[in-house]
Formats: sequence, C-alpha cells, structure tokens
Amino acid sequence: MFVAGLFIRDGKASGDTLAEGGRKERELPGSPGDNGDSRDLAEALAGTLEIAGSTSMEHVTWALAESFMEEYPQVTVTVECIGSSAGIEAVAAERVQIGNTSRALKQGEQELGLVEVPMARDGIAVCVDPANLVKGITREQLGDIYAGRITNWQQLGGRDIPIVVIGREAGSGTRSAFEAYLGLSGQCRYANELDSAGAVLARIASIPGAIGYLSMAEADHGVRTLCLDGVEPCAGHVAEGRYPLARPFVMVAGEEDWEQNVLVRTWFTYVLGTKGQEIIEEIGLAGP
Amino acid sequence: MTADKGVLAGAGRENRGRRMVADKVAEFCLAACAAVSFLAVAAIALYMIQGGMPAIREVGWKEILFGRVWDPVGTSPKFGIRSMIATTLVGTFLAALSAAAVGVLTAVFLAELAGERAAGIVGTTVDLLAGIPSVIYGLLGIYLLNPLMYRLERKIFAGSRTHQFTGGANLLCAVLVLAVMILPTVISVSVSAIRSVSEEVRASSLALGATRMQTIFRAVLPAARSGVAAAVVLGVGRAMGESMAVMLVAGNCVNTPGPFRSVRFLTTAIVSEMGYAQGTHRRMLYALGLVLFALITLVNGVVLGAMKKREVSM
Repeated sequence: MFVAGLFIRDGKASGDTLAEGGRKERELPGSPGDNGDSRDLAEALAGTLEIAGSTSMEHVTWALAESFMEEYPQVTVTVECIGSSAGIEAVAAERVQIGNTSRALKQGEQELGLVEVPMARDGIAVCVDPANLVKGITREQLGDIYAGRITNWQQLGGRDIPIVVIGREAGSGTRSAFEAYLGLSGQCRYANELDSAGAVLARIASIPGAIGYLSMAEADHGVRTLCLDGVEPCAGHVAEGRYPLARPFVMVAGEEDWEQNVLVRTWFTYVLGTKGQEIIEEIGLAGP
Repeated sequence: MTADKGVLAGAGRENRGRRMVADKVAEFCLAACAAVSFLAVAAIALYMIQGGMPAIREVGWKEILFGRVWDPVGTSPKFGIRSMIATTLVGTFLAALSAAAVGVLTAVFLAELAGERAAGIVGTTVDLLAGIPSVIYGLLGIYLLNPLMYRLERKIFAGSRTHQFTGGANLLCAVLVLAVMILPTVISVSVSAIRSVSEEVRASSLALGATRMQTIFRAVLPAARSGVAAAVVLGVGRAMGESMAVMLVAGNCVNTPGPFRSVRFLTTAIVSEMGYAQGTHRRMLYALGLVLFALITLVNGVVLGAMKKREVSM
C-alpha cells in the first residue's frame, strides 16, 4: 500500500490521501474540536513512540524526534538504527510502532499490511576519500567500478591508486537502491560490506582510494562527494529531479496504528507539516 | 549403666542413619549438577537440529554445503555456504596453529625457565590479555592492523589488475586477531599441564645427562601432551565461535578464503543478517548455526581422538 497514491481498504479504493489525512486531523481525545487550544493537546499527549529502521535516516529521525519531544513534553521518542529491512520486520512483528526504510517495500513486505508514508527524498551520494583527485563520475564508470571492470583511479584520470570498493550489507535500503540504479542488483563485487552508514563513512575517510555510497545527508565528515553525470548531490538538485540517484525516505506503520493510534497520527501530522518539513530541509534532504 | 549404653548405641545407630541420608542427598546433588551440563549439551544439540533442519530440507544439504553463491535476498535466492565454511576452517586452523606455537613456548618459559619475578609479570599480563573483551581486539585490528595490511597489500599486488584491493580488511587480519585472542587460553592451560608433570620426570632426564632444553622438549612436553592438546582445543573452540572481532576486521564479503581477500565467517553471517532475515533466509541462518555446531564438535572430536590414540600407543 503506497500512501502517495490511494489507500486501498477491503479491496476498495478510498480517496483518503495522506495530505488529507493529515489535514483532516481526526478528533483527538481531549481536543476541543475547533483546534483552538493546541497547547492543552500538546501537554496531554503522552507515551512512548518507538521507531526503528534505516541507518541512513538516523540524522533526520533524531532531529525530528527531538523537536517533537519539545513540542509534546510528555512523549518519549526512541530511535533504533538497525537497517531498512530490519525496521520493516520490527513493525510487522509489532515490536515498534514506526519503521524507517530508505527503499520502497519489496513484494513479500507489501503483503504485511503496512502503510507507507514517504516523508522526504534523499540522494545517494557517491563518496571518496578527500585526497582523491577525481571530481565527477558517470553512471557507466560507476557501474564498471562496482562490477570490478575498473580497478584503479588512474583509469578515471586520477592518481595511480587501487580502488577499494565499499558497500553496505545485503539488507540495506541504500544498497538495493544503489544497485538497482546501476542495473547490478546482486552482482556488485564489494571489497568490504559494512553494517551501517556510519561505518561506511569512517572506512572511506580512512582508506586512500576508497569509494562508497551514502545518504547525502550523512556524507559530511572526512569524505568528498562526487558529481554524478555532472550533477552535484544536494537537496536542491534532488527536489528538481536532476540528481539521478534519488530515492524516497519512507516511514511505515501498522494499519491499525495508522488509523487509531493518536501518538502515531500526531507524529505523521508533525513530520509532514510545516515544522517537520523545515527540519528535513535543514538536514539537507528534499521534501517528499 | 547398661541402660545408658543402650541409649548411646541407639544414638549411634540413629546418627549413622542420618549420616547415610546426608550422604545420599549429597550424592544426588552432585549427580544433578553433573547432569546440568550434559542436559545443556543435549538440549542445544536438539534445538539446533530442530531449528536448522527445516532450511536444510527446504534447500537441500548438497546445495547448502557445496553451493558457491550466497545471495539470500536476491530475486532467486541462493544459499551456498561453501566459502564461509572454508573461511571458518582455514581461519580457525591458522589462528590455532600460530597461537599454539607461541602459546606453548610461552608456557614453557613461564613454567620451566622464568624466575619468580618474571613469571609473575608475564603471568599477570597473560591474565589481563584473557580479560580483554573481543570487541576491543576488533577495534585495535581496525586501527592498527588494517592500515598496515593495506600497505603490505599495495606492495605485494602493485600493478595487479586482477586483485581486488580490500583496504586491509582480510583473512590475515582476522587470523592475527583470533590468534592473539586465544593466546591467553592456550598459555594458561598449557602452564598448568606442564607444571603438573611430576618432578621425577625432570630429575631422571637430567640424571641421564640430558641438557635442560632436551629435558623440556624430549621429556616434559611429551608428558604434558594431553593437557597441551586440551589447551589448543579450548582455543580452537573460542576462535571458531568468535564473531565480533572478526566482523570488524575481515571485510565481510563472501569469498573463497585467501590471505589478502575479504572474507566472511559463519558466525559473522549469522550476527549481521539475523536482524533483517525473513522466511527461508531466517531459517537458513539457524542451519548455519547447526553447521557451526557440527564443525566445532567434529574438530574437537578429531583432535581429542588423535591425542587419545597416541597416548594408547605410547
């Protein structure tokens, strides 16, 4: 079920799009109804909201969680970064209320009865160590590197340094988006497979000649991003649709929670509202 | 008087009866404690078989054990673990070999040669080494070993177009980290084995005119052989089961083992994939556990069996 389109319940399409669902603001308990006293509502909302999933979405989720907790002081938001697939698995098993995934749901996962809410758009940045002389790369060259056909930076006009090909683990959303873009799903020849975006960042920064991929919002300390087909990875280019390697950041929830859980609904309203989108922009991501 | 005697005798009988009961209770307790570890092993074996068999039946053991490709999340998933088994066996064997060489010689020094002061210092260091958590070994591997390995790799494979450069995360790193990790186990068990060799063995050897070194290597070590073997077996068990440290330094790509290749051990596969595995993939990870369990049992059985045989033939 994909929210940007239509909700399909009991086989029937209903016109309850997400923006509408957000604006409609189902009557929350204790709310005066005319939306006059939102402060009381904010004080009254209490509980723990558990989020788990994509490590690429760590920054943005924490930033949203912190400001959400400021707004709703009685609420505790916990964020666990265990990878997209594990996050979806956790929501399906009802261990957490919200799962973060940096890719759309796969076929088997679509049958789990989850609601997908795209909350931002991310560009996957191709990163190298800062001393690398190469400034840009094409999709073709990138494919050749990850298929093991190009093995030295000299072949791309850089210095004579071997290329160390770094990637993520098989359950990573970033990896499946990246491989799908190159048309190399399941065929990349990695030299290192690391379990989180942070580990990839640290590894690229410490190995001369390394190349890897990361969410553009994570690629800051100690690595340099490459232009892809002449386009620099930044929020503006992703929003305009010019940067080729873009993918959605999606939050998923169980159908029941999505319909009835006040905390979950308030969270989504907040994330997709003005305040939430401002934070997403500040982090360096594009809107959904 | 006679009445008194009767009372005393009665008390003695009663006492003896009570002591018999206490004895029986103690015996039962001891047997129960012994049963705990037996039951634990039996339960683990049972559960591993129960958990691992479905996947093995589903995929087929031939394809699992001899399949070359591990692609559990692809559109047509493949579950071949041949390279991971090979990596675990080769990595553990090399680590145990190097740890045994260094460890036994260290043990000889500690037990036979070192003065009280030196033995105290080295002994304490070995104990400290044993207490360091495995993740620390992994971190040190990342900071010290990987960059060194990468320099070596670039020297050895300079100009090679076919070698895939790993940035220093390879099998060799894992072997070194594992060897250092199991060293304290090998040393401390070997030391007690050597110390338990009777003083008469040394005295007779020296009396026959053997030098100190001849005595150590020809008389004392052979006598301590079964204890030293136990030390190595313990080390092998620890090395084979280690996941954290290996995961940090080995690169984690499923490859046929080679010293400068990025490799994945059976343990690492279980740890890093359990979080997101679903369906057959998840059941398959239990099968990996079963394979690992079987391997450890097999290796221990072979080493201990070989030791027993030699002892009988002596």
